[in-house]
Formats: sequence, structure tokens, C-alpha cells
Amino acid sequence: MRGRYRLSGLCSPLPVLILVQISSSSTMWSRRQRRLRPLSCGVEELRCRRREREAALRKARREQQLVSKRLLRDEDPEKAEGYVAVILGEAEIQQFLRLAQRGTEEKEREKALVSLRRGLQHPETQQAFIRLEGSIRTLVGLLTSNQALLQLEAARCLHELSHSEQSTVAEACLPATSYLLTYLSGHSSDFISPHLTVLEALGYALSQLLQAKEAPEKIIPSVLGSPLPQHMLQLLQPGPKLNLGVAVEFAWCLHYIICSQVNNALLITHGALSTLGLLLLDLAGAVQRTEDAGLELVGEELACPVLRCLSNLLTEAAVEAVGEQMQLRDERVVAALFILLQFFLQKQPSLLPEGLWLLNNLTANSPSFCTSLLSLDLIEPLLQLLSVSNVVSVLVLTVVCNIAEKGPAYCQRLWPGPLLPSLLDTLAFSDTEVVGQSLELLQLLFLYQPGAVQAFLQQSGLQALQRHEEVAQLQDRVRALQQTAQHG
Amino acid sequence: MQLPPALHARLAGAPGEAEPLPVERDPAAGTTPFRFAARQVRFPREHEFFEDGDVQRHLYLQDVLTQVAGDPERPRVPEFTCQVAGCCQVFDALEDFEHHYHTLHRNVCSFCKRAFPSGHLLDTHILEWHDSLFQILAERQDMYQCLVEGCTEKFRTSRDRKEHLVTRHLYPADFRFDKPRKSKGPATPGPAVQVSAEALGGDQVPSEGDAMEVCFEHTELPPEPSGERRTYGHRIPSTICFGQGASRGFKSTKKRNKHQ
Repeated sequence: MRGRYRLSGLCSPLPVLILVQISSSSTMWSRRQRRLRPLSCGVEELRCRRREREAALRKARREQQLVSKRLLRDEDPEKAEGYVAVILGEAEIQQFLRLAQRGTEEKEREKALVSLRRGLQHPETQQAFIRLEGSIRTLVGLLTSNQALLQLEAARCLHELSHSEQSTVAEACLPATSYLLTYLSGHSSDFISPHLTVLEALGYALSQLLQAKEAPEKIIPSVLGSPLPQHMLQLLQPGPKLNLGVAVEFAWCLHYIICSQVNNALLITHGALSTLGLLLLDLAGAVQRTEDAGLELVGEELACPVLRCLSNLLTEAAVEAVGEQMQLRDERVVAALFILLQFFLQKQPSLLPEGLWLLNNLTANSPSFCTSLLSLDLIEPLLQLLSVSNVVSVLVLTVVCNIAEKGPAYCQRLWPGPLLPSLLDTLAFSDTEVVGQSLELLQLLFLYQPGAVQAFLQQSGLQALQRHEEVAQLQDRVRALQQTAQHG
Repeated sequence: MQLPPALHARLAGAPGEAEPLPVERDPAAGTTPFRFAARQVRFPREHEFFEDGDVQRHLYLQDVLTQVAGDPERPRVPEFTCQVAGCCQVFDALEDFEHHYHTLHRNVCSFCKRAFPSGHLLDTHILEWHDSLFQILAERQDMYQCLVEGCTEKFRTSRDRKEHLVTRHLYPADFRFDKPRKSKGPATPGPAVQVSAEALGGDQVPSEGDAMEVCFEHTELPPEPSGERRTYGHRIPSTICFGQGASRGFKSTKKRNKHQ
């Protein structure tokens, strides 16, 4: 191509070796190289510790404290760093910054940034940094350095700064974000580049900012008024340039923006639905491929925010107003979702409700998607999820109700098959919500499907109903069904 | 959970929506005591529905940040040199070389040898600097495209564009577009990293009226107190050397001059 140099043309052996290295490391979907600390405890203890961490986080979330930055710092007594974060003053920070930028020796410059980064682990240093004029600007310069190590250390400094309890840091970075994204996104993912690490750090910093209490009033409107949403969506486009770590951070950013419901219509006009839909397809494809190879997948980190964004966006009235291109109508999305549901069932069951939530939002008002579920033979797999948990069961039954409520043509395709036996099973549950949803579905079947009542009676349906006659939330519906069954 | 085999084929197949079956509702459906109505659901941020996913996200972050805070070991290789003509940067880790190559050699203009951080910016540069048709068109219409992807603004001059970048997209005000090549030194064969004012020994005060080129080079820390003249010079990273020219290039470290 005119005007460009290409990698070809190098003839000495070493660069060839490098080329081989590059191509083998470009599988985006394989688990990242994790440099683990040597473990001094067993696997069981790790699991136990993880459960404790989870419990602590749940508690924190209920108390609305999950955003608190200090929880991100795992107070791990085994941390073998061997030093304590030192408080640095403005003068020292400035000195380190100057050294980092102007030092003559590479190692010297690196060391200066490392010292700065360590200092930044302390909140007082963070505040001093923010107060120092020009510090963010210098950091921005280092984040785009053409020296890999400096760039990486600068990214780590940014990480540390993102933990500042004050949102002033992330706010200070916000103006530079467009600039940084332009600079950093232009790379090719063939190379392992600190650009990606910086991008990821930036996404992370932004995600922290977007969770601030005042975000919906102050920060999100200005983010939406900038080209940032388009940048973010670009970073989520599936294809050879997609980087998992980067995509995860920006997907979460999008989620925080969307669930704050400031101006989702704008995102829809930028094509968010189609971008995220394509990304979902891509994720499902990757799940299929790696399951064969038995490789571990970190895709669930990306799946969660993508599912949430799609589900919430679908509820916007604006969806109807945009052209077909911008909507989500492709039935491959349903196929992708089921592939992901199967994956979640094995690897990450806590994501099943989120996946089913999307399925609900896809099917509720769409005869087309309901038809897809029928024609793709997905009812039986769906019903197989019924025994997972109460929450999952309610959602599964709700989706089937979405289909059944569209009338006889739909109920006919739900019948016969495993539906009735499954319903009789769920009627044996003790959870009121599960039973309640089963009753709703039964009413629809009785109404629209000839033969449903007889089959129900033949399979001892009345006995199944009986046990709930005294339950307050259920009794009226139970009686109504009993009447229909007995008197037609 | 058993998925029908045809599903995987469907995923790989063409986009399309299913032709919907006819919808026919009975008014009795969902009436008292029943209450079902098909309905999309939205959840706001703090909803407890998100608890599980939020907790997983947090655990992921804790893991990631632990890695970030630790100092990773970097695999070292025997020292080697960048093979690009005129560049004698030395490396002992592959990541560093890749990064170096990518930022300084990959997107290089074959006309003027300037290096750009991305293909997009290189293309923009070629269009604006080496395409005579562009110049002709630019006389009559706004041709200078905003650099920020997603912004469709175009401008009459590159100075106007820079103004826009600074005011609208909050680019740093002292963000540098490189000056055109008016340097007094001999043409450098290596990557077109700009030479500092001191090295050329000349007066390198930029003139804002010059057409600007698209390149990402950054200034120093905040300017010294206003009495002092601002150094608009661009640093050479100290380990890059030129075939001839800039005196700074010969500051010695033991890594240098391995490949001459």
C-alpha cells in the first residue's frame, strides 16, 4: 500500500523468531498470562477464602458500599511486597515526574515511575498528586510514551490513582480521555502493546468514575455529549482488533451509563444495539470453539456487562423509532444466547438469571423472536434449566409464558413435548413464585391449547394443585384452574 | 443442557428474523385472578438482581489489580538490535521491541519517513501532505477532518482543526503537531522523531501559521514560570541514535553503538 512500510523485508533470523512469537500470542480469547504468586496454601483453602471474599462483597453491596475503593485492595497478609506505601509530598512527586519524563537513563526513568506508583498506593500521595499542577498532563504524556516500560508503569500509576476515594482524579482524566483513546486505539492487536494495558487502565478508571453517586447528574451527561460513547462502541466491535481486557472495561462503562438511564436513546442512535448484538454473537462463537479445545475462557467477564446493556437498552422506547439497522432483530442473537446459557450452566451459573433476563426482553413483545425459539427447538433445552434455582425457574417459566400468551398458534408448537411434565414438576416446588408462574402458564395453555386440560387431568394435575390450596398468594389462581379443569 | 445440533449452524449462518406465527389473544388471558402480562423489564444500577454479577466483577478486579500491583517478571532474551535501517535501538525483551517497532516503524510514511501511532493517522497524513488533489480541493472546501473518530467536523485549515481539537475535544493546548521539515541539520535516515532545539543549536520557535502535520509528540512538564522561554523542542528518546546529526544522539550508555 502506498506510503506504508510493512513488517516484511526483515531478513535476519531473529526477527523471524519474533514474528512467530507474535502470531502465537494473538489468540484473543485464551486466558491471559497470569503471573501468579507462588501459593503457600492449598486449593481448598483458596476456595474457602474466595467464599469469604464473596460474602464480604455481598454484604458490602447491600450496604451500598461496593463502590468503595478500599474493597478493591485485598488486604492480603501474604502480600510479599516487603514494603509499605510511602507518603510522598508534592515536591517529591514533581521530582519523580520530571525524572520519568526527562531522565537520560531508561532505568532511571522507570525507577522514578515505580517509586511514584508505590507512593500512590497511599491516599495522601494520591491527593498530593491531584493537587500538583500539571501532574495529570504529564501522566497523559507518559501514557502515550513510545517506551514500553514507561507506558506500562504510567498505566499502573493510573490504576493506583483510580482508587482515590475522591472522584477528582478520574474527573481530571476525563478531558484527556478522548485524546488518549484516539492515540491508543489506532493500534493493531497483532502486537502485545502497552497501548492495550493503558487502554484497559483508562477504561477501568472511567468505570470507577461512572459509579460515583453524582455520576448520573454530572458526569454521564458530559460523557454522552462527547465522542466517548462512539469510542467505546468502537472498542467493542468484534473482529481482529478486539481485545478482551479492554472490552471488559468499556463494556462495564457502558453498563453504568445505560442503567443510569440518562440518555439511552442517544446510544441507540450510535448503533449500540447492533454492536453489542454482534459482540454477543462473537462471544458465543468463541465459547463454541474453546469448549472443543478445553481452554479456559475469560469471556464471562465480558458476557455479563454485554447482557445487561442489551437487556436494558431493549426497554427503551427509542428502539422503535430508529431504522431496522439499529434494532436488534437477528435471530442469531437467540442462538448465541442459548450457547452462552449452556456455557454459564457449566462455568458460571450466577450469570443464568442475567441471560434469561435478556431472553425475556427479547421475547416479551416480539412474535418473531418467540417464533425463533420454537423453530430452533429451544423449548426443551430451556426447560432443562428448571431445576437450577428458584430465580432461574421463575425466569424460564416467564419466557415460556411470553411465548404462550401470543395465542393458539404458539401454544400448538409448545405441545405436546416435555412442557406438561415439567410443569407438573414445578408445581411440586415449595417456592411460591415458581408455583405462581406455573399457574399463569397453565391458564394460558388451558385457554389456547385444546387437549391440554385432559392431559393435565390424566397426569394427576389436580393432586398437584391441591397442595397449594391454602397458600394465600396462590389460592385464587389454584381454584380458578381447578374449576376450568373440572368444568371446562 | 442439550442444544440442538442445528443451533451452531444457525449461529454461523446468515442474519435474519423469523417470520412470526400469527398472534391471536383471548381477552380472558391474564385476567383476575391471573396477572401475567408479557413485559420487558429494566433494572436500575442498585437493584439486587445485579448482586451476583457485581460481586463477580469485583472479584475479577481484585485479581487483576493484584497482578497490576505486583512487579511481573519479564522474560529476558539475549540483547538484540532493531533491524530497521538507521535505527540501532537495543532490546532485551520481546515486548519492548514489539512496542518500539509498532510505535516508531510500523506506520511510517514512505514519502517523508515520519512515523505515526496508527494506520488511520498515517492515512490522514498522506492525504493531507502528499496528495495534490487534496490541496486543490482544500482551496474550495473544508477538507481537514477532525482526528477524533466519531466526530465528523471538517475544517478549512489544519490550524482550525487543532483549535477544534483543543476546545471541543479538550486535547492538551500544548499538544504538538509537528512542524514541517525546516531543520538545519542533514536529513536523517532514521525514524522522524523530532530533534530538540538545543541539539540543532538553532532558534526553533514554531510559527503557528505553518501547515501542521499529524504526529503525536508531546511536550515536557508544565512550563516553567512565565519568564522563561518555552522549549518547544521535542525530545529524542535518549537511546535512539541517528546516522548523523543530533549531538544528543551520542550520549553514551553501554547499550549503544552495538550495531553500527
